Amino acid sequence: MKIALVRSRIKNFTGFWQQFSKNRAAVLGVIIICCMVLTAIFAPWLAPYDPFKMQIGRQYRYQEPSSTHILGTDRFGRDVFSRLIWGTRVSLFIGFIAASIAAVIGITVGAISGFYGGTIDNVIMRFVDIFLTIPTFFLILMVAAMFGNSIWHVMVIIGLTSWPGTTRQIRAQFLSLKERPFVEAARSLGASKRHIIFREILPNGVFPAIVSMSFRVGGAILTEAGLSFLGLGDPNQVSWGWMLNDALQSFLVAWWLPVFPGIVITIIVIAFNLVGDGLNDALNPRLKER
Amino acid sequence: MRKFILKRILQMIPLIIISITINFVLIRMAPGDPIQYLMSDPDAPAAYIDELRAAHGLDKPIHIQFIIYMRKVFTGDLGYSFFFNQPVIGIILERIQATLLLTVTAFLISLVFGVTFGVIASKKPYSLTDTSLSISSMIVWAMPSFWVAMLLIVIFAVKIPIFPIGGMQTPAGGGDLQDILWHLVLPASALGLGGMAGYTRLIRANMLEEMGKDYIIYAWSKGLSERSVYYGHAFRNVLLPMVTSIGLRLRFLFTGAALTEIVFGWPGIGRLLNESIFRRDYYMISSIFVMIAIVTMLSNLLADVMYAYIDPRIRYR
Repeated sequence: MKIALVRSRIKNFTGFWQQFSKNRAAVLGVIIICCMVLTAIFAPWLAPYDPFKMQIGRQYRYQEPSSTHILGTDRFGRDVFSRLIWGTRVSLFIGFIAASIAAVIGITVGAISGFYGGTIDNVIMRFVDIFLTIPTFFLILMVAAMFGNSIWHVMVIIGLTSWPGTTRQIRAQFLSLKERPFVEAARSLGASKRHIIFREILPNGVFPAIVSMSFRVGGAILTEAGLSFLGLGDPNQVSWGWMLNDALQSFLVAWWLPVFPGIVITIIVIAFNLVGDGLNDALNPRLKER
Repeated sequence: MRKFILKRILQMIPLIIISITINFVLIRMAPGDPIQYLMSDPDAPAAYIDELRAAHGLDKPIHIQFIIYMRKVFTGDLGYSFFFNQPVIGIILERIQATLLLTVTAFLISLVFGVTFGVIASKKPYSLTDTSLSISSMIVWAMPSFWVAMLLIVIFAVKIPIFPIGGMQTPAGGGDLQDILWHLVLPASALGLGGMAGYTRLIRANMLEEMGKDYIIYAWSKGLSERSVYYGHAFRNVLLPMVTSIGLRLRFLFTGAALTEIVFGWPGIGRLLNESIFRRDYYMISSIFVMIAIVTMLSNLLADVMYAYIDPRIRYR
């Protein structure tokens, strides 16, 4: 029984991968993300210099890109290339954790709302409506400014403020799926509500949440960059947004300070968007039938 | 239709009250208060600070403060700015004008170019023009707006000094229309580029979807001109998702420019809110949040009304 289950999972995955790998752009996105993850893991070995090490002396500051510092140095004489490599850690970490928090909350709340319906659904959906009237970026800004700026705060706040979209999608899936015969069958066999929600309906309706999670990782990286850019990132970490914030004071004299972090942010966001598009094409049953 | 609009507006009232409550609680939960910010001098006598707090009603228990604030809001008094020493409403209205000048210009830029590029790209799918437009819009879409702003300054204000680095007018002797428009070019472009890429992608995807439908094949077989098929048939149906997206973006006319305003030193509402948060300027923060909440609700309503107007299949009751 168990072996059969595992086998069907593997078969499912190969089918999914066949579908997904047809989309060349999405595969490129996966490759980029894998490279970035490897860079983040092996940052201490890949970076040629210590990203925090300041070099005192005018000759070390604002060095243009050269063979010793391939992307130049900043106003404290720190190596930009090494900082970019270390920044991968913070950005990816925040992106993945924030998107996961949003996905877990969004799926749970959406499932409850769609499955139970009635008053519970009404209350939850009104709450989502109110939530959507709050300007999220400023809410994040306010919480970060008022409760202190650590990397943990930043990712928890981003996660806690970006779930309503997923909730709406999952709720819609549940509303239509719970009327299907296979749910009726499970119910008549005496399956518990928990079993029906998590084992029957969710696997069939979770794909929009997976797709939006991919986009959300990119979105969270952008939000973190914006926050750090305003000086609300974690001063004890290197992040790409923080590098752009540093650059704000000197970008009129040193063009390489803003240019490179921005390019890296753009590339990673594109990669997650490509993967999101690919997942949508491969997982959306409506498109598959065509 | 009139009944529907009235019902929706009545529904907004409890939502606004809840929104004000959430804002109030969140702001008061934070450590520090505006008096502390204003009195950063450590030698200020404690008695004087207490007196100031009492004068602004900050010494009362929080639920009493809340009731007083609510009562004021419903008589149309949004409160007093601790930092500017003026009623907040005047300052907000002044800053909104600057923000709207920037965001509406950017919005028009993004709409005009986005629709044009989207239609051009969809005419010959997977051609060289389409591929280059699609790839560049994908890249621009992913770029952080504040980074685009910095790049534009580096290129068009430093390396090739055509446009001013920042601000809304030349400090001395400026301020006429031409001067303001000159200062507007770079921030509006920085802000408009992202939206332009978004509309290009949206229009292209929806046009391609419509062009594959049966009624288009029928229109071609009737021998209609290319112009009529594209604009009279397909494009009309692309308007619907476009209106959705515009409706959802209306609130960005008020809040979406914050980072751009900060990079360019543009005296808008987003920059004001950012500064007010750091100054713990309670009533200023609340008022801007509530204003944005109302604008969001109204724009959602406006989008719904516009649907019904454009799409005859939709009827509200």
